[in-house]
Amino acid sequence: MAMDAQEIESLIRAALPDARITIEDLRGDGDHYAAHVVSEAFRGKSRVEQHQMVYGALQGRMGGVLHALALQTAPPDDV
Amino acid sequence: MDSDIANPVHGKIQAEIDANDVVLFMKGTPVFPQCGFSAMVVQILNHLEIPFKGIDVLADSSLREGIKEFTNWPTIPQLYVKGEFVGGCDIVREMYESNELKDHVTTKGGAPAS
Repeated sequence: MAMDAQEIESLIRAALPDARITIEDLRGDGDHYAAHVVSEAFRGKSRVEQHQMVYGALQGRMGGVLHALALQTAPPDDV
Repeated sequence: MDSDIANPVHGKIQAEIDANDVVLFMKGTPVFPQCGFSAMVVQILNHLEIPFKGIDVLADSSLREGIKEFTNWPTIPQLYVKGEFVGGCDIVREMYESNELKDHVTTKGGAPAS
């Protein structure tokens, strides 16, 4: 089982409509991606909370069908 | 916490993070990490000379699942400093690269000031 970049992006966008999302397929195996997510929703949140928001958007796929997602998150002007 | 009664593993986890300043729940051991992400966090902690207790979740499947529930964090490794969840590999690396990690541990009283 694996995921494609488009599916990851649309799941994150569904939860964070304003987000600027960049997905990179690190190994081409559908299992190892890097994602950079910028959203106003992250403002004032700790890194753990920001990442939990993205994991929540992925609806349980993180650590399952999606083995590895190197994640970077930030509110807009912290980029 | 009610969840402790529901999941006895939570009590074990709580005891470890209460008893040890810096705890890394990881795949494998600090000497023989079994996953690249766990190995990276071990490397960072060793490089910063931060003493820590490594706990191998592969040795106990109930711990491997219980820890994810405990923190609402879906992956391993997981780093704790003075009982507080700091993050997984991404966050630990980000804090290391921005020189925050050592200060975070020191100000929390997790490692001797050096």
